Amino acid sequence: MRYGLFLGCTVPVRAQNYELSGRKVAERLGIELVDIPEFRCCGYPLKAVDSFTQLLLSSYNLAIAEHKGIDKITTFCNACSVTMIEANEEIKHNDEIRKKVNEELKKQHLSYNGNITVKHFARVLYEDYGIEKIKEKIVKELKGFRFASHYGCHFIRPSKVYSEFDDPQFPVSLDRLVQLTGAESIDYPEKQLCCGGGILGIKEDTALALSNKKLSYLKERNIDGLISICPFCSVMYESNQKKIEKTFNKEYNIPVVYYTQILGLALGFSPDEIGLKMNRIKPERLLTSI
Amino acid sequence: MPVKVQELDTKLKDKIMKEPGGEFLSRCFACGTCSASCPVREIDERFNPRKIIRMALLGMKEEVLKSDFIWLCTACYMCQERCPQDVVVTELMNAIKNVAVKEGYVHPSYLAQYEALINYTRLYEIGEFENKKREKMGLPPLEPVRKEEFVKIIEDKLKGLLKGER
Repeated sequence: MRYGLFLGCTVPVRAQNYELSGRKVAERLGIELVDIPEFRCCGYPLKAVDSFTQLLLSSYNLAIAEHKGIDKITTFCNACSVTMIEANEEIKHNDEIRKKVNEELKKQHLSYNGNITVKHFARVLYEDYGIEKIKEKIVKELKGFRFASHYGCHFIRPSKVYSEFDDPQFPVSLDRLVQLTGAESIDYPEKQLCCGGGILGIKEDTALALSNKKLSYLKERNIDGLISICPFCSVMYESNQKKIEKTFNKEYNIPVVYYTQILGLALGFSPDEIGLKMNRIKPERLLTSI
Repeated sequence: MPVKVQELDTKLKDKIMKEPGGEFLSRCFACGTCSASCPVREIDERFNPRKIIRMALLGMKEEVLKSDFIWLCTACYMCQERCPQDVVVTELMNAIKNVAVKEGYVHPSYLAQYEALINYTRLYEIGEFENKKREKMGLPPLEPVRKEEFVKIIEDKLKGLLKGER
């Protein structure tokens, strides 16, 4: 199994613990991740102002990968996933758009012919590698640990590009991925609630109020962590948790852990090896009892 | 909000429907499923997808395009999943933003992101400092900014936006 690794903007600078644990997990499972230095921003921030410019930037990345003989790309970020997947679908199925995009790509001696599939790394684990095969590699079951799965919006929606994957309103994939480690994935209200990250720069108090809502549902649920698969959801729930506590006069102290970190522990890595010390809200039980 | 018939721009609807994602605006029969599904609306009443759609259909151009509230969509897609008329509401909100930009209204927070994209071709700088930190963690270094010609095309478009050329 070989994938071009699309790191995006946020992961390599603000979520090195995610990147580190993702790479370790891939290596242990025998999934080859190919670094492509020419990759740029996925285009997501451009969509709101000019969707064609966004499409150009997304397709630039796809063209670079295709040119290098890559046929599958994987990402760690939900926003990168949805942006690249939507662009890919558009180019594959819309002749006019494909022609327009390629006219621009030609100026850089590039072209994109639609030969790539894009998948989030958690989806690669779930679909391409498979739950049963991962289970065979588990050496340290996380029995007794309780987690709350947070899918994030762009991992499963819009269903028009994810219809073959998971339910857009009642998904199961991440819960199953958490369960395969031996841990419990709890049920809680509004599991599908958005983190608010998309409007953090537009209206901070509204964005924080959205994150606060989910954290308030998880208070007193006695969980060892909120499981994230998106660097920006983590920015909201983890990096901003202190600010949220202050703004709404609450106390949460809920650790936010990347899925690849708990899978890494279950695969036998030490907390240090998967960057658990970099998590801002210390997942005490994970750090001390493993 | 009062509707001033003499100030309505009936072409607004057509402009939005020409943008990708805006095509199905006129399918809306105002059931309100989008507003009931919207997590932002629950917190901030100003963001009300049904109302925005109605205002757009009526042609309340200034009120829609100049407003802060069109930028409040988090793109969670819940409205889009539940819309019985397949209005593709999230993409429609995006189409409205694209029209607003073409008409000269862009939210300042985006402009800051574009400065970063122009300077680093990513949202965050990757320089010596970041790469040293990565090296210490055992992560491979990332290439700093390299402005290929193609990225220049995007750069030119972004610079145009920053200057107000649309």
